[in-house]
Amino acid sequence: MTPDAKIAVVKGPGVAVPGNDLDTDRIMPARYLKCVTFEHIGQYAFQDERFTPEGKSKGHPFDDPKHKGAKVLVVNKNFGCGSSREHAPQGLHRWGIQILVGESFAEIFSGNCAAIGLPAVTASEADVKALQAFTKERPGEDVTVDLAAKTASFGGRSVPVELREGARRAFLEGTWDSTAILLEGLGDVKKLGEKLPYLRWTGV
Amino acid sequence: MGKTLFDKVWDLHSVRELPDGRTQLFIGLHLIHEVTSPQAFQMLREKKLKVLYPQRTFATFDHIVPTENQRARPFADLLAEEMMQALEKNAQEFGVKLFDFASGDQGVVHVIGPELGLTWPGLTVACGDSHTATHGAFGAVAFGVGTTQIRDILATQTVALVRPKVRRIRVTGRLNSGVYAKDVILAIIRKLGVNGGIGYAYEFAGEVIERMTMEERLTVCNMAIEGGARVGYINPDKTTFDFVKDRRYAPKGGDWEKAVAFWESLRSDPDAVFADDVEIAGDAIEPMVTWGITPGQSVGVGEKLPGFEGLSSMERASYEEAYKYMGFTPGQPVQEVPVNVVFIGSCTNGRISDLREAARVVKGRKVAKGVRTFVVPGSQSVARQAEKEGLPKAFRAAGFDWREAGCSMCLAMNPDKLRGREICASSSNRNFIGRQGSPTGRTLLMSPAMAAAAAVTGRVTDVRELMKGGSR
Repeated sequence: MTPDAKIAVVKGPGVAVPGNDLDTDRIMPARYLKCVTFEHIGQYAFQDERFTPEGKSKGHPFDDPKHKGAKVLVVNKNFGCGSSREHAPQGLHRWGIQILVGESFAEIFSGNCAAIGLPAVTASEADVKALQAFTKERPGEDVTVDLAAKTASFGGRSVPVELREGARRAFLEGTWDSTAILLEGLGDVKKLGEKLPYLRWTGV
Repeated sequence: MGKTLFDKVWDLHSVRELPDGRTQLFIGLHLIHEVTSPQAFQMLREKKLKVLYPQRTFATFDHIVPTENQRARPFADLLAEEMMQALEKNAQEFGVKLFDFASGDQGVVHVIGPELGLTWPGLTVACGDSHTATHGAFGAVAFGVGTTQIRDILATQTVALVRPKVRRIRVTGRLNSGVYAKDVILAIIRKLGVNGGIGYAYEFAGEVIERMTMEERLTVCNMAIEGGARVGYINPDKTTFDFVKDRRYAPKGGDWEKAVAFWESLRSDPDAVFADDVEIAGDAIEPMVTWGITPGQSVGVGEKLPGFEGLSSMERASYEEAYKYMGFTPGQPVQEVPVNVVFIGSCTNGRISDLREAARVVKGRKVAKGVRTFVVPGSQSVARQAEKEGLPKAFRAAGFDWREAGCSMCLAMNPDKLRGREICASSSNRNFIGRQGSPTGRTLLMSPAMAAAAAVTGRVTDVRELMKGGSR
């Protein structure tokens, strides 16, 4: 694992996209899944939330010049529910988001975030709302999320954030790329493959 | 202390505990399709990795395929064509079996797994699609994964996963006539919420579930994810074994007996401990219809759309957003809602029994004037069976558009899309904003029979009214 895979602190302007149950179809509409690479999808993050079918801006926070360069996305409950499309977190990441702070995340979505090195941390409802208010009232000002200290700091205050302990350590140590770790267990995988009763049955 | 089926299957497939606290879990069956796999194969190439167990990954086309003249290649949509070619190339290069159009086995990945006998009890099943929970209907532990995780499974036949808790949901009593598996799962999601299942696997149990056919069970498990649960499953029993027996990839000969004995042993023990238990009275469930923008925003067909009483400020904001988008009013009877389009199909309700139920409703009736319809079989095999039973003819006689197999208007990655603000009565699984291909289109989820009823009346209709005294 390269040292630059370590993620300890994300510091930068925040942007709030409020609402519970914001599903991955809204984060990345299905028509942008027609691609054989993730390379160009950053521009389509929240596309239909941002533009009318005629291409007119709806004034979404992602298009507000005040939030230019935002790195910290602040969301509410069950963010990323629905489709398992990794295109959703890939799109946010490639748009420029480097960390998500939310009340809760859908499970497949947070797993995808972890897999691509995009931490998704949770905070209490009150703290998330305070942080969302801060990004609106003082856009462009830095929000600092410190994974070592488990805090989000903004406007002179600091609130606790949570992340599954193992995932937090993996970001701090730069060991979040799962393939390398899973490959280390390959000997055990093959042993288990020999032990599983059904892999020897006809039909397989 | 007894164990749940989930515990037994998870423990059996657990390779080791990873330093980050997750489990390295062996995947017994890996299914792939054209939309979420190309980047994974590309990552393998970049890392110079091979597929470790190519014989345990199976591929098909479903998400982007047109449902008319689908064998005419190249597709008119060149981006879709590029994805088709990528999967064809990847399957060949990495030695993965592909069920393509010519095979006669192509179809929605969650329809063909069971019908080919690939899905068995006791397997771990993964696929780059959130509706993979469908396969849990057999007593498998099945879940959706993202593309980077597909890469991991291809390279190592394992995935790193956090072990969920297990919640048992017992549906007691009996369902009333005209109430289907779809209504059961919509009622469960309405009760527990779209995020109630985060961190849980759902075990569906109780008399109603036990009495269900395999196809009905598949519908229930399919939508576990809409309640936030990545995994949903049902203990295997005679219904399960009878369904699997003699299918192409089912265990054969002496192995069949071994398999059944093994599968029997996986059932949750009578003294198994669950994180919690939920009970729902089956006889209280009505035909359900969603009115909003999440699968939890639903009412019984006899109800009026809900008001704002007792909601938290965020829930109220969700309701207000839903009402604004849908253009509906609290207190409005759901049966007043007109429909412009009807879609019958999908991994939730695109199986032969779904088409039979819908056909029963439309027999002797006509599609209401101005309503566009799509009847999309879940697989080529479902389409062939439907032909044998004369269903396409019956649908066409009633004015329905009978199509070829694919995901179609469930997510509208192919040419089948809503236009503008059309309202669609849909047997699919998601009523999210823009889900059916128009950024302003509107979706009402319901059973295939209810969708068929809406097609003939042009509005949301209690299918039981049409069933009174049989068809005309």
